[in-house]
Amino acid sequence: MLWIDCPWCGARPESEFRYGGEAHIARPDPATTDDAGWGDYLFMRSNPKGVHAERWMHREGCRRWFNALRDTVSNDVLTIYPMGTPRPDAPGDEAEGG
Amino acid sequence: MKKFSIFSLARNALSHHEHWPEQWRSPAPKPAYDVVIIGAGGHGLATAYYLAALHGITNVAVLEKGWLGGGNTGRNTTVIRSNYLWDESAALYEHSLKLWEGLAQELNYNLMFSQRGVLNLIHNVHDLQEATRRVNANRLNAVDAELLSTEEVKAFCPILNTSPKTRYPIMGGTLQRRGGNARHDAVAWGYARAADARGVDIIQNCEVTGIDVEAGRVTGVQTTQGTIAAKKVGIVVAGHSSVLAAMAGFRLPIESHPLQALVSEPLKPVLHCVIMSNGVHVYVSQSDKGELVIGAGLDPPNSYSQRGGLHTIEDQMGAIVELIPIFSRVRMMRSWAGIVDVCPDASPIIGKTPVEGLFINGGWGTGGFKATPGSGWVLAHTIATGEPHPLNAPFALDRFTSGALIDEHAAAAVAH
Ligand SMILES: Cc1cc2nc3c(=O)[nH]c(=O)nc-3n(C[C@H](O)[C@H](O)[C@H](O)COP(=O)(O)OP(=O)(O)OC[C@H]3O[C@@H](n4cnc5c(N)ncnc54)[C@H](O)[C@@H]3O)c2cc1C
Ligand SMILES: [Zn+2]
Repeated sequence: MLWIDCPWCGARPESEFRYGGEAHIARPDPATTDDAGWGDYLFMRSNPKGVHAERWMHREGCRRWFNALRDTVSNDVLTIYPMGTPRPDAPGDEAEGG
Repeated sequence: MKKFSIFSLARNALSHHEHWPEQWRSPAPKPAYDVVIIGAGGHGLATAYYLAALHGITNVAVLEKGWLGGGNTGRNTTVIRSNYLWDESAALYEHSLKLWEGLAQELNYNLMFSQRGVLNLIHNVHDLQEATRRVNANRLNAVDAELLSTEEVKAFCPILNTSPKTRYPIMGGTLQRRGGNARHDAVAWGYARAADARGVDIIQNCEVTGIDVEAGRVTGVQTTQGTIAAKKVGIVVAGHSSVLAAMAGFRLPIESHPLQALVSEPLKPVLHCVIMSNGVHVYVSQSDKGELVIGAGLDPPNSYSQRGGLHTIEDQMGAIVELIPIFSRVRMMRSWAGIVDVCPDASPIIGKTPVEGLFINGGWGTGGFKATPGSGWVLAHTIATGEPHPLNAPFALDRFTSGALIDEHAAAAVAH
């Protein structure tokens, strides 16, 4: 089980949280985006073997959303940061995936 | 290849089984091959076998970073069935089931394939409507399927708790009698032995670290055992699909998750079929050794760590005790996880990639073991002819641009 540091409630077990998938996927304007761009937005994911930027919600606590950087090999949560802010650098932030 | 038979078994028994030959060679890689398959799981080995056996392409290497069959092939709970809702899936999985039915003879290998029946439980009105629709769709596709009442479920599998007082009462079930289980390792071993006998080189401890592309065409792979040139390359790496795609410069609609399973201490025969429940989210069968083999849902965060959380297992154990109360004091012996490659529509991707000569077979997620023969069969066809077979054409990568998804997520009677 992961151990996640909620910015408001402190460190809690993963079972209190809801996973929200990859972070920083911006919705393109459907009026000006072609099928490939829209498919990319809806379905394509970076799925790196390494550092992953992702969203979490403290479902059984404060019910607030935040972002995290996590290493998908060691499962260590490296950095917690607010939604809407750019992805910070993490130690060894070089993903193998694409 | 030394043929297994009652006579060769008897002969070797006399010499205490000490003189069986190796089942496959361990060759050093050649500098170049016609086809390189990345990944020696069941799917990769089946692809190599059918390339050699059906298409006469024998200058083939299968490269495996670990040992053959050590990925999801050796970690899965071996549920085999073909009762998928949509026509495209029914055709693909049924083709696979038909291949299973003759595979032990074809490979001269005991796969312990057992058509003991797969029972999917119904717990509410919505389940009942979905199940009725699926049974009808299956029958239209010539896939065997039956809808059972609660009483018929109880008669078929008496250890199930069919009391109306449980939290999720059993309101019926669907049964595919031709579904069942097989021995996970044996499938990989059987294909490996038969492919090797036809000249395929299976190279273990050989990790692919790069894919060489020149002017949009694949030319070979970089590996921990050096550069290997290839005219065509197939990516068949399950949970590592996105990692290999990134090496060739494209993205996939796949996320990798741990999927856990566990087994109990061995018991006398108590469960003769496969039980699956979408509603309470668990499935169970009993192996020939007597262990209960139990599995269920994914761990939500994507991960390559090959281990999952105990809370996920706790959920499925709660469900199993609710369904089959006599299991409540059985001890669990081992649990593990595999990394599965999940597509948004819970259907695989089998076909071409944006790189010429490079093919992919992945995204099988939580349910690809049952498809091992059919998956290798269609990928071999695609690699040999350069075009997909009608069975795998709908499973192309470009369905995520066209929108022609094959959405089995809600449709396919639980995830396996
Ligand atoms: C716990 C669990 C339960 C499951 N239960 C079922 C079930 O009941 N029924 C069902 O139908 N399916 C089930 N599945 C899914 C099924 O196991 C998979 O879909 C299927 O086995 C995939 O087969 P494969 O041959 O593609 O994968 P694998 O056997 O994983 O083979 C892929 C191989 O590629 C190798 N590889 C990866 N990267 C590289 C590289 N860079 N270089 C060289 N080699 C590489 C890996 O080491 C691995 O051996 C389950 C999976 C799990 C984990
Ligand atoms: Zn909180």
